[in-house]
Amino acid sequence: MAYSFRFGVIEANLDNFLQGLLLGLALAFAAILIGTLIGLLCAFATTAKSRAPSRLVGIYVSAIRNTPLLVIVLFVYFALPQLGIRLGKLESFIFSLAIYSGAYLTEVFRAGLAGVPKGVVDAGRAIGLNGLQRALYVIMPIMWRNCLPALGTTFISLFKDTSLAAVIAVPELTYQARKLNTETFRVAEAWATASLLYLSTCLLIAAGLRQLERRFPKF
Amino acid sequence: MTLLSIRGLTKRFGAAEVLKGVDLEVNKGEVVSIIGASGSGKTTLLRCVNLLEDFDGGEIVLDDVAIGYVKRNGTRRRLGERELARQRAMTGMVFQSFNLFPHLTALGNVMLGLLKVRHMAKAEAKTLAMNWLSRVGLSDRAMHLPSQLSGGQQQRVAIARALAMDPKLVLLDEITSALDPELVGEVLDTIKSLAKEGTTMLIVTHEMRFARDVAHRTIFMDGGLIAEQGPSAKLFRNPGNARLKEFLKRANI
Ligand SMILES: Nc1ncnc2c1ncn2[C@@H]1O[C@H](COP(=O)(O)OP(=O)(O)O)[C@@H](O)[C@H]1O
Ligand SMILES: [Mg+2]
Repeated sequence: MAYSFRFGVIEANLDNFLQGLLLGLALAFAAILIGTLIGLLCAFATTAKSRAPSRLVGIYVSAIRNTPLLVIVLFVYFALPQLGIRLGKLESFIFSLAIYSGAYLTEVFRAGLAGVPKGVVDAGRAIGLNGLQRALYVIMPIMWRNCLPALGTTFISLFKDTSLAAVIAVPELTYQARKLNTETFRVAEAWATASLLYLSTCLLIAAGLRQLERRFPKF
Repeated sequence: MTLLSIRGLTKRFGAAEVLKGVDLEVNKGEVVSIIGASGSGKTTLLRCVNLLEDFDGGEIVLDDVAIGYVKRNGTRRRLGERELARQRAMTGMVFQSFNLFPHLTALGNVMLGLLKVRHMAKAEAKTLAMNWLSRVGLSDRAMHLPSQLSGGQQQRVAIARALAMDPKLVLLDEITSALDPELVGEVLDTIKSLAKEGTTMLIVTHEMRFARDVAHRTIFMDGGLIAEQGPSAKLFRNPGNARLKEFLKRANI
């Protein structure tokens, strides 16, 4: 029996899909923002003279990278309340994705920092810049340039990961597709639309980041 | 007048003692060159003076202030980051590998310290930086990134960057060693003119002729110690130390 596509049902529900997409983008944005802060802090912590921060960061990164994101999301949403920490759905997912992205971004920034020539940092020291000034005016500009390509890939992958929020009923794009699927049985239309929206959004982000990379001063 | 006074300086890297008790005085306006075989501790000595390395014993006194450490109740403690940064700004350093900030133009390289360390207003910093760039012959390259400059030009920017901070003492570590031979002259000429103006400099160099002609005094380092020192003309003409003799013979001066 041939499946006959009826995209009318999508048209009727397009608003839900677009709202779902926007919510996913917002979740990714919030999580990436926090994750970037975590990543920067952790990456710089590993450059400290004493070994303790490095070791702690190492434990964090390897714990996160060896746990499926889905499990982290479920753990934070279902298990934390048992331990007395109550978060809303959105906050809970943002928290999960933030600590997850923090681990990956730590690695990205660490690679970027490794590419900052030691002598150039010494030159900053020699003119009397203090630690914070060296980080802001010497190390970070070079680090950003070094990790821009890897950063783009990571951002896109984190946006795609927002689809996991569907499992805790956050009404983002995947949730909307599943809802339409169960309510109308327009299975193919629902998932084809979701796929197309994810795909085109990722391609757009990638194009935007490429533009940014091109504009970023070469040196 | 003594500007820099190093007494009994010792420095270890792990088990290896790299500086074994260096004593050295440099007067204000004096140009002192340091020669010696690779591995004899010349770079480490300069890096200790600029507080880029900590050191294990002895003291470094710059302009009557003991730098890098405080002594309290018989224990010595490394100063905090902020205080170290303040003291480092009193000395300028030029490196063998230029080490320009790759993301900043020549002008930006010279201005950064003026803005962030000397807290100058932008216009003032720019005027001063342009002044220095023109003194090293690079006014027309002010807006170039380091990657768009030749090695000799990069090194002259690095000299301008160090000198613009108005340091009491300038440390130069084999600043022509990474340059193509035809670019060495322009950099050495810049240093010669600074010497004429009375800039106090401590110069590690492999350019023996330059050391002899420009430095008032030359130090020969061997195995982490100063093995011989004296007025440059005398030291090159009439070396006493056997290892210095051998070193000079090999350097072919
Ligand atoms: N960061 C370091 N860690 C360990 N050993 C070092 C370090 N820097 C220098 N050394 C060692 O210290 C000795 C002196 O080095 P250096 O001061 O660079 O000599 P020079 O500049 O006269 O060639 C060398 O044996 C070198 O291997
Ligand atoms: Mg050296």
